[in-house]
Amino acid sequence: MTDGWFAGLDPDDTTAAAERVASGRADAPEDWPATAVDAGYTADTEEYYERLRAATMEATEAAVTERERADDQQLVHAVRAMADCERTANELAERVAEWGGSRYGEAGSGVGYARRIAEGEVGDGGESGDRALRSLAERVVDVSEEADELRAYIERTAPAVAPNLSMLAGPVLAARLISLSGGLESLAKQPSGTVQLLGAEDALFAHLRGGAPSPKHGIIFTHEYVSGTRREERGSAARALAGKLSIAARIDHYSGDRRPDLQRELDERMERIRSRGGDGE
Amino acid sequence: MTPSLPGGVERRDFDGTTAIATQGHPEYGEATDGQYRRWNPHRSKLGAMLALGMDTGLEADQKTLYLGAAAGTTVSHVADLGGPTYAVEFAPRPARDLLSVADHRPNIFPLLKDARKPESYAHVVEPVDVVVQDVATRGQARVAALNRRFLDGEGRLLAAVKARSEDVTADPEAVFEAVVAELRDHYELLDTEQLDPYHEDHLGVVARPLE
Ligand SMILES: C[S@@+](CC[C@H](N)C(=O)[O-])C[C@H]1O[C@@H](n2cnc3c(N)ncnc32)[C@H](O)[C@@H]1O
Repeated sequence: MTDGWFAGLDPDDTTAAAERVASGRADAPEDWPATAVDAGYTADTEEYYERLRAATMEATEAAVTERERADDQQLVHAVRAMADCERTANELAERVAEWGGSRYGEAGSGVGYARRIAEGEVGDGGESGDRALRSLAERVVDVSEEADELRAYIERTAPAVAPNLSMLAGPVLAARLISLSGGLESLAKQPSGTVQLLGAEDALFAHLRGGAPSPKHGIIFTHEYVSGTRREERGSAARALAGKLSIAARIDHYSGDRRPDLQRELDERMERIRSRGGDGE
Repeated sequence: MTPSLPGGVERRDFDGTTAIATQGHPEYGEATDGQYRRWNPHRSKLGAMLALGMDTGLEADQKTLYLGAAAGTTVSHVADLGGPTYAVEFAPRPARDLLSVADHRPNIFPLLKDARKPESYAHVVEPVDVVVQDVATRGQARVAALNRRFLDGEGRLLAAVKARSEDVTADPEAVFEAVVAELRDHYELLDTEQLDPYHEDHLGVVARPLE
């Protein structure tokens, strides 16, 4: 004899009931409505279904919210780790380049040069110095490949966490914005002017201290709609993009609906901005 | 002779075409006519089974366990038929939409559960008249077998089998044959029909549990 979700519960305690719905078990179903009435948990079947509904709605709401929250934090960790890996790979690659230049007189740079050393295309010597340098170069390649793996993970998961934001911004920029504001919920609560400047905090403080020009965009500069727009129109492009991204983040956080229209609206808006004055390029 | 539609499902005229419909709150942009809303067979495999005239044995007010509820498109129509509707879905994102469909229907009980683990919801779900299955995941016959326990001898399994979920590269006919063979260990098959033109490479199955 197994127990139904309601066994031993106070009928007025919906939260305990929701918890039971979420974590209880039984091997086989039974006539739970009749059992509940017999046990005095509810007066009749109608009331049974009302309580069951309150409990299942609360349980599902809580489980969905928890899973969504967990997902956006996973994304935050992944995008920060990706940035760390990229930065570390680049720094170490510069070290490899300097060292390689001193040994082989060849001035390469970046991860590509480290890869050539790692694969023995450059300075394939057998001295201990060659081996040490090659070993370091191999680490650079590993860390850079780890960054690629993390990018692939972000590209897979961001569209599930924030479908509209990922559609408009691309998954990686979407993840960066979520990371910069600490989570999808806080991003959804930012005014669009703040979203426009996320990632430009240093420039903003310099401006506020006086002297420096006010920044027109933060990390959203990496979006083609900003970087690929003529300089004179970039401020407007950044403002328009940030506006749509804020709306997307809010829909993602509060409803999760997919809204393909947003993309079309953004495209049209950009079309207009880009065709103002100038030659349209 | 096509079997009659279940009580609660009617043929209505929408902009000059006749289509099946139920009465309830609209949920997915379907055409409406007064209280009636079109049950779009292109959006719903169960809708396609009805539109194709399969004898589903559905009736008004039946108790239903729905596996793979997703955003609740089909669940909303099933719940419009009036019976207690247990809606199992394991992905949080569509379950969010399912909750809003359930907001409009007091007879939907949403459950964020894995249909391959019936023991995680058998303490909530009672024995039902109908199990509807549309999980589109590998191992569809196994999901049906595991959930056999919710049906008594008179109950019905209404399943949509998606060939590509079992094996993307195999010939759909071969996949259907294998799934059907596995289903026969637990069910007597009453009717099977491919769901095109509404859904490519899907097989609709009506079955009754073996004793
Ligand atoms: C084709 S969709 C269902 C569409 C839905 N029946 C309708 O017509 O509105 C398949 C759904 O099954 C869900 N699913 C797949 N495997 C599952 C499992 N093991 N347990 C519960 N749900 C599952 C997927 O998350 C997806 O939402």
